[in-house]
Amino acid sequence: MILDAKHAMLQKLFREFAQTEFTKELQDRLDQTGEFDWDIHKKMAKYGFMGLRIPKEYGGSGMDYLAYALMIEELARVDAVLSIYANTSNSLGGGPLLLAGSEEQKKKYLPPVASGEKIVVFCLTEPGAGSDAGGTTTTAVQDGDDFILNGRKTFVSGAPMADWAIIFAKTDPTARGSRGISMFILDMKLPGVTLGAPEKKMGINGYPTCDIVMENVRVPGDCLVGQLNKGFSIAMRTLDGGRLGMAAQAVGIAQSCLDEAVKYAKERKQFGRPISDFQGVSFMLADMEAEIQAARQLVYHAAELKDHNMDATRACSAAKLIAAETANRCAYKAVQIHGGYGYIKEYKVERLYRDARICSIYEGTSQIQQVVIAADLLKNA
Amino acid sequence: MKIFVTVKQVPDTSGKVAVKPDGTLDRASMATITNPDDMNAVEAALKIKDETGCRVIAVSMGPMTAESMLRELMAMGVDEGLLISGREFGGSDTYATSQIIAAGIDHYGLEPDDIIFSGRQAIDGDTAQVGPQIAEKLHIPQVSYAGEVTKAGNKLTVKRMLEDGYMTVEVETPCLITCIKELNEPRYMSVSGIDGCFDKPLIIYDYNELKDHPLIDPTTIGLKGSPTNIYKSFTPPQKGAGRMLTGSAKETAKELASVLSEKHLI
Ligand SMILES: Cc1cc2nc3c(=O)[nH]c(=O)nc-3n(C[C@H](O)[C@H](O)[C@H](O)COP(=O)(O)OP(=O)(O)OC[C@H]3O[C@@H](n4cnc5c(N)ncnc54)[C@H](O)[C@@H]3O)c2cc1C
Repeated sequence: MILDAKHAMLQKLFREFAQTEFTKELQDRLDQTGEFDWDIHKKMAKYGFMGLRIPKEYGGSGMDYLAYALMIEELARVDAVLSIYANTSNSLGGGPLLLAGSEEQKKKYLPPVASGEKIVVFCLTEPGAGSDAGGTTTTAVQDGDDFILNGRKTFVSGAPMADWAIIFAKTDPTARGSRGISMFILDMKLPGVTLGAPEKKMGINGYPTCDIVMENVRVPGDCLVGQLNKGFSIAMRTLDGGRLGMAAQAVGIAQSCLDEAVKYAKERKQFGRPISDFQGVSFMLADMEAEIQAARQLVYHAAELKDHNMDATRACSAAKLIAAETANRCAYKAVQIHGGYGYIKEYKVERLYRDARICSIYEGTSQIQQVVIAADLLKNA
Repeated sequence: MKIFVTVKQVPDTSGKVAVKPDGTLDRASMATITNPDDMNAVEAALKIKDETGCRVIAVSMGPMTAESMLRELMAMGVDEGLLISGREFGGSDTYATSQIIAAGIDHYGLEPDDIIFSGRQAIDGDTAQVGPQIAEKLHIPQVSYAGEVTKAGNKLTVKRMLEDGYMTVEVETPCLITCIKELNEPRYMSVSGIDGCFDKPLIIYDYNELKDHPLIDPTTIGLKGSPTNIYKSFTPPQKGAGRMLTGSAKETAKELASVLSEKHLI
């Protein structure tokens, strides 16, 4: 795809911002401490990153999915975890409200999220319901105008900083499978809401992940988002867009692996010449380049389908599957090309290797993408 | 009140530098950027805009492709672009260029409370002459090398950074200030700025538009109107890396003496 002037300019903004603001010092600090950095969050918000996909009438800039994919890719190319900072509000956090929220809900929740003042997170996964997200056991029982929520959500990205959480809970215990699930927006300050300890992660450190536990939390009725018992389909539609973002993140990580590998292969000398002179090395670089090109085009194509309001479920899953696996292969090769130095923390590929690993796991594992693609393929065959 | 900022699209010297056989820069084959000092001038203007809400107009003389630079400046917050472009203007040296830009600004309309910000110098010519010459042609005061600018009413207080100190100067509008990189840190474009920049006005002045202006005369513009003649251009030979001596004055003097005597210089 050849970008038009506007998207090329956006790409330039994201690239310049990430290259200048995501300093090595910041990247190392995030990786070492695992703590959220409010300063960079606020700076990204100031330039409109958090509200990129949120429509103008709700305080965002109403950009398209292609712009979103470019943003996540460029930010992830410098630091994967910082691409997540700009992701949640435009994707899993803001997405459900945009898809199903009432006018009042959108007016109340979206503007502070677009401006970066507030953080909203997405809670689908439970200890016993991961890939099988429809197996939700969290319950919401109607009590007068309110709902009483009980349950535990796990692996919630951004939970410790969250002001609000999108919660999926079973409202019709008699309905089987993924039916009878409703979506709520939960105020994290309500009595009965507690946080688990932050997880100690392999990578993407600096955007804490932990459990949210709800014990008899009384949630007002106007926090139900969309129709009663119809929440799961919103979750699935939200994940379409989310997968696109995570595919873009994987492309950014893969590109970073290649950037580092090319630089190192030209510098490092063995047997009296740069290791890039050896076909065993240069062909690894060539494979990385070819795979990244393919993955990137799948991402841009899926974004374009979504921007034209066309069915993009299969395309988003295909992009996520290919991009995530590409990121993992590229991380492997980048470390390989660095030899022993790639195993040492001083080199960026060591972190890239750990960061890349998440790509094929969250927002649906690679196997779940295969399930989605196959189901769609066979349904229409 | 409004602010003009003069800007130039220059080759990106951090990338590959391409040189034509005659020794001049092969601009067409190099990536371009907005001249770095001009970015500080834009930021200075936008800071005043943030405070006062005044209009900011970016003025450039150059080929039509300079539109992309002007759009990027609009994405940072500049309100309007003024591109002075025409074959007749090509080949201008600093004298002719400032003549043309001054004519453009005057034609647009320079009012008593207006300010012009320029970058100190462009990285492709390093002359630092265009800003000051524009001020001379417009008969307005100029303050160069601004490292700090504050505005109160129609008065600007400017800290001029000099090699061995600084000078604080007060100047009244209309005036021209040339900016150095220490003045500020230019902002980025913003997402909403990029969204809106293609709808902002871009005015183009060609030769016909400006030809009746008193400053415009075939003998004072373009290659023919440029008093500068390039005798020869060459890449200077690379100097070897210097060596820094550290330590007390006594130690370093001793070391210096021994280095010089080793080289049979003393
Ligand atoms: C750092 C991090 C952040 C996260 N952030 C969030 C978040 O913000 N919100 C949220 O809701 N969730 C989040 N998650 C959860 C994430 O989406 C799940 O971990 C993921 O969906 C997988 O679920 P699981 O871990 O329970 O694995 P399981 O579902 O137990 O999967 C185990 C293995 O079995 C395979 N498998 C399962 N079912 C099938 C099948 N039908 N066919 C073939 N193979 C199958 C899987 O592919 C996998 O290889 C996050 C996870 C992590 C690690």
